[in-house]
This record gives sequence, structure tokens and C-alpha cells, in this order.
Amino acid sequence: MSPENLNQSPDSDVGSLNFEETRLTLGLPGVECRGCKSGVKRGFSETVDLNLGSSSSGCGGGDDDKRSSGENDVLDSAKPPAAKAQVVGWPPVRASRKNAMKSCKYVKVAVDGAPYLRKVDLEMYNTYQQLLSALEDMFSCFTIRNYLNERKIMDQVNGVEYVPTYEDKDGDWMLIGDVPWKMFVESCKRLRLMKSSEAIGLAPRTPSKNSSTS
Amino acid sequence: MNYFPDEVIEHVFDFITSHKDRNAVSLVCKSWYKIERISRRRVFIGNCYAISPERVIERFPELKSLTLKGKPHFADFNLVPHDWGGFVQPWIEALVKHRVGLEELRLKRMVISDESLELLSKKFVNFKTFVLVSCEGFTTDGLAAIAANCRYLRELDLQENEVEDHRGHWISCFPESCTSLVSLNFACLKGDINLTALERLVARSPNLTSLRLNQAVPLDSLQRILMRAPQLVDLGTGSFLHDPASGASSKLKATLLKCNSIRTLSGFLEVSPRCLTAIYPVCQNLNSLNLSYAPGIHGNDLIKLIQHCRKLERLWILDSIGDKGLGVVASTCKELQELRVFPSDPYGVGNAAVTEEGLVAISAGCPKLHSLLYFCQQMTNAALITVAKNCSNFTRFRLCILDPTRPDPVTMQPLDEGFGAIVQSCKRLRRLSLSGLLTDQVFLYIGMYAEQLEMLSIAFAGNSDKGMLYVLNGCKKLRKLEIRDCPFGNAALLMDVGKYETMRSLWMSSCEITLVGCKTLAKKMPMLNVEIINDEDDIAPSSEDIPIVGKMYLYRTLVGPRKDAPWFVEIL
Repeated sequence: MSPENLNQSPDSDVGSLNFEETRLTLGLPGVECRGCKSGVKRGFSETVDLNLGSSSSGCGGGDDDKRSSGENDVLDSAKPPAAKAQVVGWPPVRASRKNAMKSCKYVKVAVDGAPYLRKVDLEMYNTYQQLLSALEDMFSCFTIRNYLNERKIMDQVNGVEYVPTYEDKDGDWMLIGDVPWKMFVESCKRLRLMKSSEAIGLAPRTPSKNSSTS
Repeated sequence: MNYFPDEVIEHVFDFITSHKDRNAVSLVCKSWYKIERISRRRVFIGNCYAISPERVIERFPELKSLTLKGKPHFADFNLVPHDWGGFVQPWIEALVKHRVGLEELRLKRMVISDESLELLSKKFVNFKTFVLVSCEGFTTDGLAAIAANCRYLRELDLQENEVEDHRGHWISCFPESCTSLVSLNFACLKGDINLTALERLVARSPNLTSLRLNQAVPLDSLQRILMRAPQLVDLGTGSFLHDPASGASSKLKATLLKCNSIRTLSGFLEVSPRCLTAIYPVCQNLNSLNLSYAPGIHGNDLIKLIQHCRKLERLWILDSIGDKGLGVVASTCKELQELRVFPSDPYGVGNAAVTEEGLVAISAGCPKLHSLLYFCQQMTNAALITVAKNCSNFTRFRLCILDPTRPDPVTMQPLDEGFGAIVQSCKRLRRLSLSGLLTDQVFLYIGMYAEQLEMLSIAFAGNSDKGMLYVLNGCKKLRKLEIRDCPFGNAALLMDVGKYETMRSLWMSSCEITLVGCKTLAKKMPMLNVEIINDEDDIAPSSEDIPIVGKMYLYRTLVGPRKDAPWFVEIL
């Protein structure tokens, strides 16, 4: 939750949109509820803001997320928000149907230290190797080094090593490569090339063969 | 009627099958209550926590068929945490313990484990019908037990369940002696299936009329299956993709020409437009078509298909059909009764391909339409008013504008008048879902006109407690009310506490009710379970000391607070 995104003034409503004519007011006169109204009615746009705020934590470029998505910026005024971010449970479509509808799976790729993100369509690839090659092409200063089955990406220019990680459906950050490819595609929400020096808690995938990361 | 012997009355009651009617009959007098209860074979429990299995079994000793519903409807949209409840195990254990000769079990939004499935398969010798809708908690191992042990199984119908798939072998568990299958639906399973075992099962099931395959069944296997089962009435294809050069499509088309009983078609979990032409032979007799899981088919291909389907009564489709395509539906499908248009981009807002135009065209062209679910980009009051004039037969009207607070884009007004026209015109309306910019006014109309309304879903609507009060005061037949993100607070919640005993349940999330309000309600109404669901996603308690409640679910019950509530549910 990012409470700072909530418009705290109790009588103002839809903060970032120009909806003056349709501004909705709250409360019945003379109702004791006035005193116990401790939150603000959240308009749809604010709920969307909250989600954007919370989902941008943990990857390089928090505010940039809202801008760089390229689609329907939620901060556009005057028009109803056409935001790509998801409010929980809206639109009211069953999860099984949502999963069936994904015909392409674009996820953001963040690289620690890079000023902007890229997007890749995971459906375009069939193996981890193909994906990592594509990332290599995309961030052309990197090469992929395969240390004894460990997948790492190395920036040849400055010698910094990157470990490819991803955020899964549960919001956890995982090392790429542990699960079967299809399972990964289904559960991956975004990618992050994490500097090896930061990847301390992630144990090597094949401990018998590798020295520890970082 | 009291002068007739009981056997005669019982015989008359045999003709009364709807559970609502039987419930009414049982209230007339003690004697009818007694006769009704000992003759009732089918019981419907709309909320598994409203009553205990023991009391149901005690009242209905001839129980053969049980339907149970668990989680609230909003669980479909991830608003209810995973382990909230709805466990079927206690019911199965009780049925086993009291030696109920269960033949049919239908579950919706319940949690069922492999252990439950195995117990069920072994203890109910005459078990014939098993329908699971939106359930979870089991794997294909449990299905294997059902297949292996239920000797007289006729119907196994899995709709949109979350099943952990351990791959394939469960279908091989149907013994060679099993020839009784009438209906088999495993479309929701994600894993591979043993195709040979499936084809042999179909071959030895002469009564099979309904078969819905999953995505793992390829086209050539479907063709072989259809050769064995030309009597099918209801078909759900698996994967509908093939290499165009292979000739599989023409082979399939030829086989389909022999399947002249097919009236319901669904599936197409993978399909390409060229493959779709293979089904043209069956289109002319189709009553029901579900293409809503078929990704990536363009409007024009859908239009070409629809033009063959003149007898369609039910159509589920994606919004890629477009307003133009809906116009074709309107001019072709004069028998249409139910239409569902789903968003092809459920993650997006503002990318829907249908608008109010498509709906108006449908309402003008399809006089028998009574059930609608419509996801769209926008809606206008004028369109809704026209729809209301054209189509006064709606019993179910669910409109979902993808941006839920969008006003009428032409007038920039709320959609109060449009929905008002709908409820005023459709006197038989039983279910309504609203969206778009809406004020308290729409609820005034609903309270005034929606006399038959039983279920109402509200999101991001209203200005004040008045909105909710109009509904609670006006809709006398209201059974289920679900509200999210609306400015309704304690005053509305507490105005008429007795109302909730006349309803099955009330859901309120992200509204303005407080813990104090909910506790007050719970204290006044001991026959209600008032559950506070403390989700991580909720608004953090405010700085004032009266916290707003994130999610509340209340329901009437005869058995008090449930004992299986997880740690994050507080029953007041």
C-alpha cells in the first residue's frame, strides 16, 4: 500500500482527473457517521493509483514505470482513465478466462542502473536460452555467460555481472531457470537483471558445481 | 387437501420439482411439511454455511441429489482470499456416516480434496452425477478415484475448476466395464491426456451425448472420436489447430457431416480462422455456440461463421466481433435468447471493440433476448433507453463498462436514466449488474421498479447511504447483494437489520462501514454470521480509532458461527 498516493483531503475526491462536474460528494447530513469516516471514498482512478504505486516498488525506476509504459497514461486528465494497471477484481472476469486470453505475454525488463525499461514478449520464445539471447540483443552491451549451467549476464564494458531474476505471480523475486519454461511464462510478471553483488540471498542453482554468487 | 390420504398428496408433490416450490409447499401446514420432507430427493443449499449437513440429512431421509454453493460470487474475481472456506469434506463425511444413498452431487465455489473425492467414489455405490463449477483443492489423482470406483457414473462435468494436473492417466482409470457415461467435460484441465484411453472410452460409451475436451486433445484425435460418437449433441473441441496442408480439416468436415445431432458447440481453446471453416456443416442446426475462449479470431471470420447459424439461441463470444459483427448477429440469429460478449483484452481498459451500438442492434433484432452479459467500451443513456424499449423481456442484465466510472460519453451524464429505463421496462428482471458513472438516483429507480430483482451487483457507484437504502427498502425479493467500492456506510447498513434475514447474503468491500457498525449489526441479529475478512490488501486502519472495514460478508444461518474460519476471518 502506498498511502502517500491517497488524496488525504476528506472532501476532495478524484484527485488526478478533471471530473469537477461529476464530482461525487459524501455523507448524509446529520449522520453520526461523519465522525467515523476515516477514509476517503476511493474512486476507480485512486484505486488504480494505489496499485501502480505498490507494484513499482522493488524494481529500478519507480516513477518511471507510470510513464514508460507507453500505453494509456493514467495521469491524463479530462478523459476517463484508460489505465493498463489492474484494480483487484476489475473487470469482473474469471481468472480462468483471463489466463486463456493471454495471447501475448509482454513483461517489462529492468536492468539495475539503466534509466529506462524495455519490454519483451515471452510467448516469442521457447527456452530460457532464447530469452537470454534476446535480452543480450536488446541490451547489446551484455553477453551471456554460461558458467557451468549457471546463467548470468555480463556487461563486458564495465565488468559488472548481472543475474537474471523475475517477479512471479505471488510477488516474489525468483532466479530465472529453476522451473520449466512454460511454468515460468505463466507466472512471470516482470524481469530484472540484478547486479550480482546484490544477489546475495539467492543460492546458486546447482550448488555442487558452482561457487557462490557474488 | 387435508381430506386426501398422504399417498395422494405425495403423488401430487412428485410433480412439484423446483426447490422454491417445494420450499413453499412445506410451509403450508405440518402435514404437508412432513409429506414433503420424506418425499424430497433433491436438495439445493445456496450457502453451505447456512445449515449443517446433519440437519439436512435428518430432515430429508430420501436425499439422493445435493447441490451446494460455497464462496461468495466475488471470489470469482479474486476478492476473497484463498483459504476462506467452503469445504465439502464435512458434508461428505456426514453423508457417509448416515449412509445416504447419494446419487448426484453438484458443487459451486467449494473446496474439495482428493481425499474427499476418494471417499465419495468408494462410499456412494449408486453415484451417477458429479458436477463441479469453479471449485478447487483437488488433483487429477482424485479424478482417477472417481473414474475407477464409480461404476455407474453417468455425468462428470468439470467447469472452470482449478485442478492440479498430474498428467493424463486418470482417464485410463475408467474400467473397461464402464459403459454408462452420458456426459464428460474436462475442458478446464491443463495437462496432457491419454488419447488412446480417451478414444476407447468414447467407443464404449454408446449413451455419450455430451463431450467437452481439453486443449491437449488435437484435431486428429477429435476426428477419430467423432467417428465413434456421431450421436453427440454437445461437443467441446480441444485444440482446433492443424497444418493446413495435412488435409485434416477436410477429413474433419466430412466426419462432422455425419454428426447431425450436434446442437451445442464450445471449446476452440486454440484455433485459427482457416480451421474454423470446418465446423460450417454443423452451424445450421446449432442452438448454442461458445467461442469466448478462442483467441485471435478476427471479426470478419466470426461474421462469416455466424451467418451460418440461424437457429442460435445462446451465443458466447469475444468483443473482437465488434459492433458490426453484432449487427450481423442481430440480423441472423432471430431466436437468440442469451448473449455474452467477453473482453478480448481483460487486462486493458479502453480497448474493447464493442460499444452501445452493438447492443442496440442486438436489442432491435433479437426479440427473444432475455439474458445478457456485455463487456463494452462505453454506454449511453439513449442506447439503454432504446434497448429497454426494444427488449422488455430481460431476466438477467449485466453490463460491464471496462472503465467502471465512465459517464455517458455523449452527454457526460451519469447512466442513471439508462439503467432506470431498463428496470422500469423489464418487469421480470431477476439479476442486474451495473457499471458506469452512477449516482444515488439509479438506486432510487431500482428500488422503485425492480420488483422481481433477486441479485444485484454494484461497483464504484452511488454518492451516499441513500443509494443503498433505496435498494434495501424497495427490492422486496432481493436475495443477494454485492457491493464494492461504494460510499455506503453504517447508517445504510443498520437502517433495517431485519432485511438481511430475508436475504441469502450481503457482501460489502471497500465501502464506508466500520467495525463498530458491523459489531452493532452482529449483536442485533444473532441469526446472521457477520464475517470480517482481514486481507493484506485492505486499507490500513486510519489514524482515528474506528477502523473502516475492508471486506464484510454476512449471511443468514441456522447454525451460528462456522468453526472452520481461517485466522484472517473474524466472525462478529
